[in-house]
Amino acid sequence: MGKRIIVDPITRIEGHLRIEVEIEGGHVVDAWSSGQMFRGIEMILKGRDPRDAHHFVQRSCGVCTYVHAIASVRAVDDAFNVKIPKNARLIRNMLHGAQYLHDHLVHFYHLHALDWVDVVSALQADPQKTAALADSVSGADVGGAVYFKSVQQRLKTFVESGQLGPFANAYWGHSAYKLPPEANLMACAHYIEALRLQARTARLHAIFGGKNPHPQSLVVGGVTCQASLTADHIAEFLYVTKETQAFVKNVYLPDLLAVASFYKDWGGIGGTRNFLAYGDFPLTEKEPESLYLPRGVIMKRDLGKVDMVDQAKITEDVTRSWYEPGSPKHPYEGETKPLAEDPKYEPSKGKYSWLKAPRYDGASCEVGPLARVLVAYGKGHKDIKPLVDKALTQLSIPATALFSTLGRTAARCIETVAIGDALQEWTMELVENIKSGDTKTYEPYEIPESGRGVGLNDVPRGALGHWVDVKDKKIHNYQYVVPSTWNLSPRDGKNQRSPVEEALIGTPIADPKKPLEILRTVHSFDPCIACAVHVIDPHSNEVYKVNVI
Amino acid sequence: MDKKEQFYQRLEQRGVSRRDFMRYCTFLTATMGLSASFVPKVAEVFAAPKQRPPVIWLNFGECTGCTEAMLRTVYPYADELVLEILSVEYHETIMAAAGHQAEEQLQAALEKHSGKFICVAEGAIPTKYNGGYGRIGGRTFLEIAQEVIPQAAATICIGTCACFGGVPAAKPNPGGYMGVGQALKMKTINIPGCPPNPVNLVGTIVNYLLLGKLPAVDDMGRPLFAYGKTIHDQCPRRSHFENEEFVEEFGSKEAALGYCLYKMGCRGPETYNNCPVAKFNDGTSWPVEAGHPCIGCSEPDFWDKMTPFYEEF
Repeated sequence: MGKRIIVDPITRIEGHLRIEVEIEGGHVVDAWSSGQMFRGIEMILKGRDPRDAHHFVQRSCGVCTYVHAIASVRAVDDAFNVKIPKNARLIRNMLHGAQYLHDHLVHFYHLHALDWVDVVSALQADPQKTAALADSVSGADVGGAVYFKSVQQRLKTFVESGQLGPFANAYWGHSAYKLPPEANLMACAHYIEALRLQARTARLHAIFGGKNPHPQSLVVGGVTCQASLTADHIAEFLYVTKETQAFVKNVYLPDLLAVASFYKDWGGIGGTRNFLAYGDFPLTEKEPESLYLPRGVIMKRDLGKVDMVDQAKITEDVTRSWYEPGSPKHPYEGETKPLAEDPKYEPSKGKYSWLKAPRYDGASCEVGPLARVLVAYGKGHKDIKPLVDKALTQLSIPATALFSTLGRTAARCIETVAIGDALQEWTMELVENIKSGDTKTYEPYEIPESGRGVGLNDVPRGALGHWVDVKDKKIHNYQYVVPSTWNLSPRDGKNQRSPVEEALIGTPIADPKKPLEILRTVHSFDPCIACAVHVIDPHSNEVYKVNVI
Repeated sequence: MDKKEQFYQRLEQRGVSRRDFMRYCTFLTATMGLSASFVPKVAEVFAAPKQRPPVIWLNFGECTGCTEAMLRTVYPYADELVLEILSVEYHETIMAAAGHQAEEQLQAALEKHSGKFICVAEGAIPTKYNGGYGRIGGRTFLEIAQEVIPQAAATICIGTCACFGGVPAAKPNPGGYMGVGQALKMKTINIPGCPPNPVNLVGTIVNYLLLGKLPAVDDMGRPLFAYGKTIHDQCPRRSHFENEEFVEEFGSKEAALGYCLYKMGCRGPETYNNCPVAKFNDGTSWPVEAGHPCIGCSEPDFWDKMTPFYEEF
């Protein structure tokens, strides 16, 4: 029996996550992932007006804002059999693209960077050399020795104040930090730049959604922002997109590659085996054929074999989760109850998480940027494949290095670059469509007595499915299976580990008291635990066919 | 160079002139209902705080939307709040430390600043099953709240969940979720909204730093400067209401003309907030401007009282 360590709270994520690992000989030999909060939004939805669902489910998460709303209106559109107009599809895609840009930027700089960047070491950097480094790797429009000196001075003043706030008691000076002081200072400067930029990027949601987080212009049948579709608003949207994309291309991507070049060993750590992507951004009414990010599943790392996803093969298992016992079931057949008690945490043999264990064809699958990029790469995607090849060449690492913590973090940046470019094209497509005289943003409908619908989406953190069943014009049953449930679930009835539990095995741990390496892999999945904890309504246990779309 | 000069220099490097900054301070002063003579003093708070007041930020049953809303603040930007204005001793979403180092950080902050820190609470507290539906580091949200909040100089609840229970407390409320004040049987300053406009939290904190006390509040603990009037009374579409010019279907001619959304289910008449005036994301827009009815997201129990959202009230 090795040494057990628990990291709880896992900080710099959304939600309440506990990770326990067993260490032997300086490496992780086993791992347990546990979601520590339960709210029960699906139970709350039962009996309500289906048109209201998107407001409720959007509150699953404020980091993954918008994504549950779009998933929900798509599922209800499907249940009501509404075909939304072209402008509505474009605007929904534009808001979704904006979410990717914002979410991935914030993840890299504010949730993940401090796992690789040593803030204290930045105080030792030579601003002159930092400027030279920044000039050589990035195309940032702010830089120069004076600028880096002023950033360093800010950090020094902060540290000398003795009030270290969010930077207190961390792992600074840990032997696993490999960046030279100058790279650390450059990254700290960009951490601050990105913090300011994201506040501006979030305005993309406000322009056509009224606000961010939790934009409010989606409705079943389309969007409501008709009066905002003016030249000045569209121009502003384009301007903010371009400003953000310039940073993505000139700062985020170069920073990622610069940091990665010091951590190439992480190209062999933290990998998983199976990958699932629903794909997203429908470019016409045809799904999945027209999805900009393609749909597909890859088993056992075989990039030569990308299969189409069959959502009938999805099941959720509750053997090790804090729910009443039951066999693995498709989301449409759910019959689950949260334990009506103060749950006991028993990772070794019993139940230990509020997350359920979703499986595809019985196997655990990683979802998220890496899954999407691998599926796109396997299919020879026109924009994504060249970006991946270029990054691999620049780092001189083989494609097999993608199956790792480093690959996951790189994939997130690569897809951001592709989506940022595509987003500008979609905006111009909207302009052309409005110019042609089509200003329709909404399709009126009658609420049917009953109906079922599904929305398969891919959102920043991965594959997201919403299923709705309407009876007597009310929500009879509503379920969603979210990305972090796929990635961070507990074991299942066959004792199969979840992707994160699998990925942690083999991770080197230099100092068990300071498990920085664990944070690297856990953060690379960009966990969102509030989303991931949910419950299927206990009172509907019917079996029915699913429309495979 | 004194701190104030450094501050203005930094602003100018960012393309923000003193004039822009003063304009923001004027906006904030107006939002807070202070007289114009306070404008330079508000600027003072941002430019050179004598010492950075400690803040402990607790995350309970939430979606992190309120933290995200705070990160959208401009004048001051979030980095200025963290590095130069406040001392954020504990905040799980942004802090570098994790696990037991994070827990130690909370304990150290409590020991050092007991009775002197501002506590910001985000999210509701589950109370069924001994609070077992939410835990951090093995302790329930309820235990953590009971330990930390009584030691705070002031507790500010950010967002409707922390204020009144919010979405997890909607019927049937599986976890027995409550607002922080209700769970602890005490009074808190409440900044509701789902999520609230960060301007209202900044305004409350500035008030505290400037006058040494929290702003005047209504009977629900909401600062009057932000929550003193209804959305409806401040709505730019109000004249359409008076003229009986209503939107009766999304996507219609009336919707394109920006008519009143009352018949589409707008909850503006029952909702106290400053959205039409403050607007979100640096004054970019707000839901009604995006053509969607107000859903009353800053009112207690809005998930039950204001629904179905698309039916006229």
